[in-house]
Amino acid sequence: MTSVVSRLHPLHGLWALTNRELAKWYKVPVILIISLIQPIVWLAFFGKSMNFAAMFTNGLNIPGLNIPKQVIDEIASEVLRANFGTTDYFSFLAVGMLSFITLFTSLQSGMSIVWDRRLGVLGKLLTTPVPRGNIVMAKVLNSMIRSLVQSSIVLIIAILLGMKLNPNLNPLDVLGAYAALALMSMGFASLFVTLALRSTSWESQMAIMNLLNMPLMFASNSFYPVKSMPWWLKPIAYVNPLTYVNDINRQLLLGVAGHSLLLDFTYLLTFAVIFSALGITLSWRFLSES
Amino acid sequence: MEVAIKAINLTKRYGNFTAVDHINFEVYYGEVFAFLGPNGAGKTTTIKMLTTVTRPSEGTAIVNGFDIIKQPAKVRESIGTVPQEYTADEDLTGWENLMLIAALYGIPKREAKERAAELLDMVELSYAADRKVETYSGGMRRRLEIAMGLINRPAILFLDEPTLGLDAQTRAAIWEYVYRLRRQYGTTIFMTTHYLEEADQYAERIAIIDHGKILAIGTPKELKEKVGGDVITIEVAGDVNTARKVIEGIDGVSGVAVNGNTIMFKVRNGSTAAPIILEALNKLSIRATSITIKEPTMDEVFLEYTGRRLRDEEGTSEDFMRFRRTISRARR
Repeated sequence: MTSVVSRLHPLHGLWALTNRELAKWYKVPVILIISLIQPIVWLAFFGKSMNFAAMFTNGLNIPGLNIPKQVIDEIASEVLRANFGTTDYFSFLAVGMLSFITLFTSLQSGMSIVWDRRLGVLGKLLTTPVPRGNIVMAKVLNSMIRSLVQSSIVLIIAILLGMKLNPNLNPLDVLGAYAALALMSMGFASLFVTLALRSTSWESQMAIMNLLNMPLMFASNSFYPVKSMPWWLKPIAYVNPLTYVNDINRQLLLGVAGHSLLLDFTYLLTFAVIFSALGITLSWRFLSES
Repeated sequence: MEVAIKAINLTKRYGNFTAVDHINFEVYYGEVFAFLGPNGAGKTTTIKMLTTVTRPSEGTAIVNGFDIIKQPAKVRESIGTVPQEYTADEDLTGWENLMLIAALYGIPKREAKERAAELLDMVELSYAADRKVETYSGGMRRRLEIAMGLINRPAILFLDEPTLGLDAQTRAAIWEYVYRLRRQYGTTIFMTTHYLEEADQYAERIAIIDHGKILAIGTPKELKEKVGGDVITIEVAGDVNTARKVIEGIDGVSGVAVNGNTIMFKVRNGSTAAPIILEALNKLSIRATSITIKEPTMDEVFLEYTGRRLRDEEGTSEDFMRFRRTISRARR
């Protein structure tokens, strides 16, 4: 009976639990497709219609002033570049959609722990010698993998719809973009699993999700640059991890100028480490019954 | 005999309510030990503490040599659990559930596959191994839970109301599995039940628990004997009064009553006392035309210790409905 002891390492069961979550997902492709509809609608409808470049150039003719088309084009390009870092708003938005899908996927991880508790699965897991932190981290890992797969699909669709990547793109840039998304997913998923550790109500988890997803999206540079925000929104945008992910990904994928990559990554890494450490620590105390 | 479980002043309070109140008991290796009590007596709370899911408010217990508070991880490695509610992941197949739990115990994949196949065979679920658990019937799910509880070859298996809400046939089958696994692996079994017949028929020792306190511990036979033993009814052909005197003179006989040709009395152990009585009557040429030995039922035992009948609270179908409600609420 004691022979099993030697086999147990600190990460044991982590992959088995992650695989359990992933199996539920890849066995039901409908869920994957449904979750992709939102970002794709944003891209196809909003991204394709909010065509700033066309607004400036299509028939802009101010009576009394005879401005040459070339000048208008030049002004339009400068204005766009000054705000978005590129004249191509669609590509700007497409990068925002990568963090959008990652955020939405990560917010759901809190729900799954509530389900496990309600359906009795969690009770069973707690009687096994699996480290409590691994129950939490499996949810986080699952969320990271799902986020990256979904982001990849969104990226491919965006490219098909006309997103223009940096012509000098190298594999390392793509890897960096993925790392940024993974760190953000890790932080948010940990945060939401932690919030759900004691919860038995999926309604309240839904409420938290719905309460936070839109504000987090709009208080970031996903749709527009931080500098066009009112003064009171800017500080929120600057603590919002989405802003950092988008900043990194626009630099790496689109080749536009941005803040220091090192600082961006440090911020995201800190965010991910703090919340996952918090989740693991609290899981030992709060996952089991009092 | 070596002690597999030893509870020492084990106590659990929820606010002002004391669910389990300073209980002490020992379970020996290899035995089938049952906690018998009505709903809310503290049975499940005790199991939750012994299986390290819930922390005791006071006291502790030693399970397989490990302290449940100081060495919970070691305890978890030593035990298997079959909780009251269904715990398998409905979206996965029976096989996948077993492999998941095996991985959580750190069992290497090859060995896990062997064990899973063997266990599914034992609980006769091999044919449904690759079906999603959501398609299983209640009996199938309960059997899968038992297989999941055994995947780590536990020294001690905890079964919380293993037959709750199942029909009589499935209940008998579940017990057959439990006994088979004890034969095969020598597993110690700690179970809770509020079915009197089950405790009587299948448990080797019983602890009667009510309001968080243990009221009596012993083998079903001992408990019944303590209540006053068996009732023997003899019908005699011949002198009833002589027969009565003979019977009253035998050691251990009490409460003799005569009614026509019939003599009724209590005796500690009916089946060993009967031949002695018949022999004594025979010497005086008194012939017994019929003899019946009636053991006290567990129901009477329970009444004796708790002052109420458990049967009143049994309500199989009601429990089952409550159980179904819990499940459907969770699924909503």
